[in-house]
Amino acid sequence: MIAPLQTVSHSAPRPGSTGQPFLKLDGIDKTFMRGGTSTNVLKDINLVIGNGEYVSIIGHSGCGKSTLLNLIAGLTPVTSGAVLLEGQEVNEPGPERAVVFQNHSLLPWLTVYENVTLAVDKVFRGIKSKSERHEWALHNLGLVNMLHAKDRRPSEISGGMKQRVGIARALAMEPKVLLLDEPFGALDALTRAQLQDSVMEIHARLGNTVIMITHDVDEAVLLSDRIVMMTNGPSATIGEVLDIKIERPRKRLDLVDDHTYVRARAAVLEFLYARHKAPGLEAAE
Amino acid sequence: MQHLAVREPLVATPAGALPSTVASLVEADTRMTGKPKPAAPATVASTVSPTGDLRPNAAMRFVQWLGTDVVPPLLVVLALLLIWELACASPQSSLPAPTKIWAEAKDLILDPFFVAGPQDIGLGWRVLTSLQRVAIGFGLAAIVGIALGALVGQSQWAMRGLDPIFQVLRTVPPLAWLPISLAAFRDANPSAIFVIFITAIWPVIINTAVGIRNIPQDYRNVAQVLRLNQLEFFWRIMVPAAAPYMFTGLRIGIGLSWLAIVAAEMLTGGVGIGFFIWDAWNSSRLSDIVVALVYIGVVGFVLDRLVAWVGQIATRGTAAS
Ligand SMILES: Nc1ncnc2c1ncn2[C@@H]1O[C@H](COP(=O)(O)OP(=O)(O)O)[C@@H](O)[C@H]1O
Ligand SMILES: [Mg+2]
Repeated sequence: MIAPLQTVSHSAPRPGSTGQPFLKLDGIDKTFMRGGTSTNVLKDINLVIGNGEYVSIIGHSGCGKSTLLNLIAGLTPVTSGAVLLEGQEVNEPGPERAVVFQNHSLLPWLTVYENVTLAVDKVFRGIKSKSERHEWALHNLGLVNMLHAKDRRPSEISGGMKQRVGIARALAMEPKVLLLDEPFGALDALTRAQLQDSVMEIHARLGNTVIMITHDVDEAVLLSDRIVMMTNGPSATIGEVLDIKIERPRKRLDLVDDHTYVRARAAVLEFLYARHKAPGLEAAE
Repeated sequence: MQHLAVREPLVATPAGALPSTVASLVEADTRMTGKPKPAAPATVASTVSPTGDLRPNAAMRFVQWLGTDVVPPLLVVLALLLIWELACASPQSSLPAPTKIWAEAKDLILDPFFVAGPQDIGLGWRVLTSLQRVAIGFGLAAIVGIALGALVGQSQWAMRGLDPIFQVLRTVPPLAWLPISLAAFRDANPSAIFVIFITAIWPVIINTAVGIRNIPQDYRNVAQVLRLNQLEFFWRIMVPAAAPYMFTGLRIGIGLSWLAIVAAEMLTGGVGIGFFIWDAWNSSRLSDIVVALVYIGVVGFVLDRLVAWVGQIATRGTAAS
């Protein structure tokens, strides 16, 4: 009754056939204009992301991480440069670049199930039958272990559960790229660990391309194939990109004294707190 | 322009949902135990009965409701009637005493729906005639007001251009519209309906526009990522998100409508409750006027509660996120 996972077209890794990058950020600049003053937030962002890759973007608060994610989502237009998904320029939002927002953004007047079906019905109308869409919504709620609360409203479930539903809604769009903006930022440590494990497991099963913003170093190292470290704003850019060559599946307990893990963690910490301190910290010393 | 959006959001307060019964249950509970209980009021009743039998519970609730919500206002009314009786007891009194009203207008009080002649009908019929006009005028105001409010709330430019005009027009008293609408429609009934419409529409427009401007950017982002079209956005996001504001506007609007219809009918005639008062005044039937006032007050109260109740049901879940 539920489509086998392999049939998810874009999840199958595409061995570099055409040489065309899956997702390319090509010389992106972003300047906000507001009442005569202009702020250059992002400058000369260049990055290539492969299909199925899990990439984290880390940087100090206010450097422009959310802005970068919104550019990829198409919610904010670039000032110059381009976002190219499979060679096509991105210039508007769409379900193939699903976003999980920091504050879940569930519609409070809909139940958990209805929040997911709103997305499913919109994306798959005319492609899947009504009962297939129903099954697909339930399947995605099952992926994040939220079937038990499907008829509750967002106000009746915890923050962690809301975030799970937000992830289910995004996954249900069968996106080419899943964009996560500090998805676990507002959660307590235990809930966060649970959700990280869920996301890792889902990524392993579905092979989605994921771009996740975070300011948590451990989270970035645990989940990512690559960590993109951003310099401080204004005119923030990519300072360094770190490959995390740790075998998957990863177990958080095994990693505690894993050499690669410890070194990667140290490298990110060094970047953030020695070479690119938060502006406030710099002044304090 | 925010000041028309009533400060008390119609749905946000759970105590507002069942104002009298729930509050009184909590009160009663507090009085019995001597200290306030923060427990949810809805569970109070079911935890009282250990047997799980609901019958004695319902009876107890009814008795409590009588004690807290019926008896005190009843006592106050009786006291006021007594004072009134004493104050107007003398034969020279310019206003009728309650006993005199009862004697003179017993038929009006006891039977709202008698028909004794073309102009001699029960007050229930007259109220229904007035309500029919309100239904048409207010219904139109609700539809047009929400549509215009949605338009204005969506566009920065429409807001800038139209808001000052709305703010001026909404202060025009209902009756000031009557001559011009009589001139335009050349008939009493459509003129009265137009006065209702033009009176009720401003709070609906303004509150709807405010509600739509206050839709969180997050919801708009969700709609954009899903590529909802204009119509889907209107029904799936805009209406539910702005519904609490819309119902605030509708509630103010229905109150104004009822104010306006009584005044308009005094001038336009017909069989409405407003004209009844005017007619009674012209033939010095003061007792009839007093009875009509009570009818008007009760109907106005019921209308207000009705819209509030519909709002509560329609916006359940929206306000609490
Ligand atoms: N719509 C906007 N208009 C003007 N400035 C903005 C806008 N959005 C973000 N900014 C500015 O861009 C900078 C980066 O913001 P943001 O991307 O939210 O940072 P981060 O997510 O890394 O904390 C901030 O200085 C913020 O003030
Ligand atoms: Mg941010």
